[in-house]
Amino acid sequence: MRSKYLTGAIAAFAFGALAAGNALAQDTVKIGLIVSMTGQQASTGKQIKAAVDLYMKENGDTVAGKKIQVILRDSGSVPDNTKRLAQELIVNDKVNIIAGFEITPAALVVAPLATEAKVVELVMAAGTSIITEKSPYIVRTSFTVPQSCVIVADWASKNNIKKVVTIVSDYAPGFDAEKSFSERFKAAGGEIAEAIRVPLANPDFAPFLQRAADAKPDAIFIFVPSGQGGTFMKQFAERGLDKAGIKLIGPGDVTDDDLLPGMGDAAIGTVTAHFYSADHNSPMNKAYVAAFQKANNFRPAFMSVGGYDGMHLIYEALKKTGGKADGDSLIAAMKGMKWESPRGPISIDPETRDIVQNIYIRKVEKKDGQLYNVEFATFEAVKDPVKAASKK
Amino acid sequence: MILPRSTILAATECLSTRARWHPLEFAFWIFAFAAIYLMPGHHLILTEIAWLGLFALSLDLILGYAGIVSLGHAAFFGFGAYTAALLAKYQIINEPVLAMLAAGIAAMMLGFVTSFLVLRGSDLTRLMVTLGVALVLRELANRYGWLTGGADGLQGVTIQPIFGTFRFDMFGHTGYAYCLTVLFILFLIARRLVNSPFGLSLLSVKGNPLRASAIGISVDARLVAIYTIAAGYAGIAGALLAQTTAFASLEVFSFDRSADLLLVLIIGGAGYLYGGLIGAIIFKFMQDYLSALTPQYWPFWIGLVLVTIVLVGRDRISSWTAPIRRLSTLMNLRAFGTRRAVSSIQRTSQ
Amino acid sequence: MLTILFDGIAYGMLLFVLAAGLAVTLGLMNFVNLAHGAFAMAGGYVTVVTVNRLGVPFLVSLPIAFLASAAVGFVLERTLYVHVYGKSHLDQVLFTIGLVFMSVAAVDYVMGSSQVFVQVPGPLQGKFDVFGIGIGRYRLLIIFICGLLTIGLQCVLAYTRFGSRLRAAVDDSRVARGLGINVNRIFALTFAFGSGLAGLGGALGAEILGLDPTFPLKFMIYFLIVVTVGGTSSITGPFLASLLLGIGDVAGKYYVPTLGSFVIYTIMIVILIWRPQGLFARVASR
Repeated sequence: MRSKYLTGAIAAFAFGALAAGNALAQDTVKIGLIVSMTGQQASTGKQIKAAVDLYMKENGDTVAGKKIQVILRDSGSVPDNTKRLAQELIVNDKVNIIAGFEITPAALVVAPLATEAKVVELVMAAGTSIITEKSPYIVRTSFTVPQSCVIVADWASKNNIKKVVTIVSDYAPGFDAEKSFSERFKAAGGEIAEAIRVPLANPDFAPFLQRAADAKPDAIFIFVPSGQGGTFMKQFAERGLDKAGIKLIGPGDVTDDDLLPGMGDAAIGTVTAHFYSADHNSPMNKAYVAAFQKANNFRPAFMSVGGYDGMHLIYEALKKTGGKADGDSLIAAMKGMKWESPRGPISIDPETRDIVQNIYIRKVEKKDGQLYNVEFATFEAVKDPVKAASKK
Repeated sequence: MILPRSTILAATECLSTRARWHPLEFAFWIFAFAAIYLMPGHHLILTEIAWLGLFALSLDLILGYAGIVSLGHAAFFGFGAYTAALLAKYQIINEPVLAMLAAGIAAMMLGFVTSFLVLRGSDLTRLMVTLGVALVLRELANRYGWLTGGADGLQGVTIQPIFGTFRFDMFGHTGYAYCLTVLFILFLIARRLVNSPFGLSLLSVKGNPLRASAIGISVDARLVAIYTIAAGYAGIAGALLAQTTAFASLEVFSFDRSADLLLVLIIGGAGYLYGGLIGAIIFKFMQDYLSALTPQYWPFWIGLVLVTIVLVGRDRISSWTAPIRRLSTLMNLRAFGTRRAVSSIQRTSQ
Repeated sequence: MLTILFDGIAYGMLLFVLAAGLAVTLGLMNFVNLAHGAFAMAGGYVTVVTVNRLGVPFLVSLPIAFLASAAVGFVLERTLYVHVYGKSHLDQVLFTIGLVFMSVAAVDYVMGSSQVFVQVPGPLQGKFDVFGIGIGRYRLLIIFICGLLTIGLQCVLAYTRFGSRLRAAVDDSRVARGLGINVNRIFALTFAFGSGLAGLGGALGAEILGLDPTFPLKFMIYFLIVVTVGGTSSITGPFLASLLLGIGDVAGKYYVPTLGSFVIYTIMIVILIWRPQGLFARVASR
């Protein structure tokens, strides 16, 4: 009964706001940033937003004569929300680029929209291999999970680790990790004693760790999404597995810089392979970390560089196209672009539009009283192995 | 024993008075359909409001009319969503309308099978059992990822145009018209249902099950029936979601979805069929507006609104809108004559 | 195997401490307080701040967490909750969920969205090996503290005047009022105590369950399961229910990892079908 008046009022308000916005359309390049600012993946969203803000603060908001406007929307980690928000951004706000995507289903569900509307879909966080294949307008600046996992497998097989139990979270990136690690490790002669899958929500790792320990492996390969590494580490130590001589290896999600400072000494000695560490020793990174920490109260983590480099990619592509912001020109300009990022040298593979970057092997150590992932080996220009293998 | 004619007449009069259409109801639906032409830029969110309203309507049928508290209604919603998405993906049923009906029937079957779980126990028991069922379904959907796409969601779903002509477009025009029509038809059926003797018997079951069974109403059969129907409605709502977004993921079964649904219904008020629809409109617009305003902290403001609604009190809020209702009842008076108006005034002042 | 049993008992007792307050609130005043998890979260964050930033020893921070949550509970109860007692269950659900949203967003604002960890002192980390069973030290502490609490609660309920008044009020509040028992005051004190317990549970659980702003939403389901399965008319009911669920969950995940999450929900559904009032409920005299 109240609906008639209420919806009318809201509609009038919305129309007014839209009319005002359209006036600036011509000389603005709009970027719709859809990330999870609330819910399970909120820390990822925060990292990306902070990085995007930092980049724009450092480089201004005008490129090639066009003004850059970022419209932030919260997806709440629900994929159908992401789809509706993306549709609204394309249809009502007329964005040129949709960016963000903290989980794989969000990126996948927007792919057909990107193709139909010819809008660039810039994946700044999600890590499953197949994402870039779903639309010719998708480009990724984050990472793929297999990139790190195969490097871990290579390192492990060369470093006296013969028997491994894999523990992964029960969802698609987890299966990706388990598969890419196991295949590479077994090809090098290693043995996978057991493959354990842990429920994604509310994991109590105790029973799974116990099961893994009972198999007496040389190392446990662990993959959990970036919010859960801390709990895992604590329970690993609680079970005394580190003292039992079982090493902990895996992609860097488990020692996420976001959570590492709070993990305690239990994490020291963990060897991981990943594309970014806050400790990376380059002048660009030192400046990045300092500026990031000054603007926010937390350290930049690997999720943030996806946002930072994503903005850089957009800016450089616009410079290359001279301000033309339609999907086809931008994608053409983005393919093959190479630049120096806080994580090291990276480029966008012209064939797959996916990211090519260095993967570092790091160990957790204490520096200046804080825990860091200290890099000690580098594998250069690693392409996504799943797509590379399918070409052979 | 045959009832005397006067009793039957009185009962019929009572039912037909209850079922009479109030002018505000006309206004509501006219405005909803007019929005197809008047608000083209908002069709995307209106589509969501349409299927959310249908979903809330289905919960109202069991909560407002039969007193079954459910925190797991998303089970049927999700089941319908996946059914419709799978039918479209594997091209088993290409026509969206038929697929939607099939999804509804599938959800009804699931509702029938699980209805026996909610027959016994207190409110809290039903709450948890229904929640348990929804969560078990979610786990099953995750386990059988080869069928459901698992945590990635079901990929590669393409929905054919309705009746071969109306394509689902990016702007949501077809989607909104489709969802609204389905909602309207199902609403009419529900309205007919609750204003029938069956509907009245449900209210008596809700009020006092022991007494109802003492006068010969078979409580269990009624509850099973309404639960099954409500499950079908929820399944259709899920099918609408899957068809308008061409996607289905594990989120359709989640606790959050059931909890949000309960909120939507409580905001609008349970027990008069429009509560779910009004609640969906208010909640969705409010959430959309707040999350665009403060993408990170909007739950705080929603929480504040909820707390305020309860503290201020539903009675006080409905007394603010009483003038509108009285005005429309006066219009009814003028249009249709005094006797009917008097009985409708008696109804609205209850 | 015994390690798994031990782990399950620790997990179960933690659940009990967290859910005990909710059970009593529901049984006593028939009030659905879905915001219970928010008090647990408050206790957890108080511990994090006092231990990590103020350098207070961990064991000392536990009573502080208890008192802080109890105080917050008392204040909220007297100011906000008291207006909502007479309303329908649905309105209570709306109200408490609104409070949860507000608390989640507020904590997100103040403390950030990432998970936080407590710096647990050295002696509490790692485990002992007793006859081949790995006894985690921290979990042993949990069992010890929660065991003491349970015994204490049971003693208060059974042997003190307050306890008998509380039991009377739960069984039939109208008659209790008629006998001159000040049910409202009992409730205020019990609510505060229950919130304090939740805070203590949150402080203990931060290490095992992980603490972040979405904690109340994630664990609400588990509290509700404990309360429903255990029934609300005694302390032993929820206690045994939490043990059953804790052991069932841990053992299920160890022996049948592929069905890990099903176990807890299936157990709950089966128990509720078999005994709809909860496993240990006495039939109320109403």
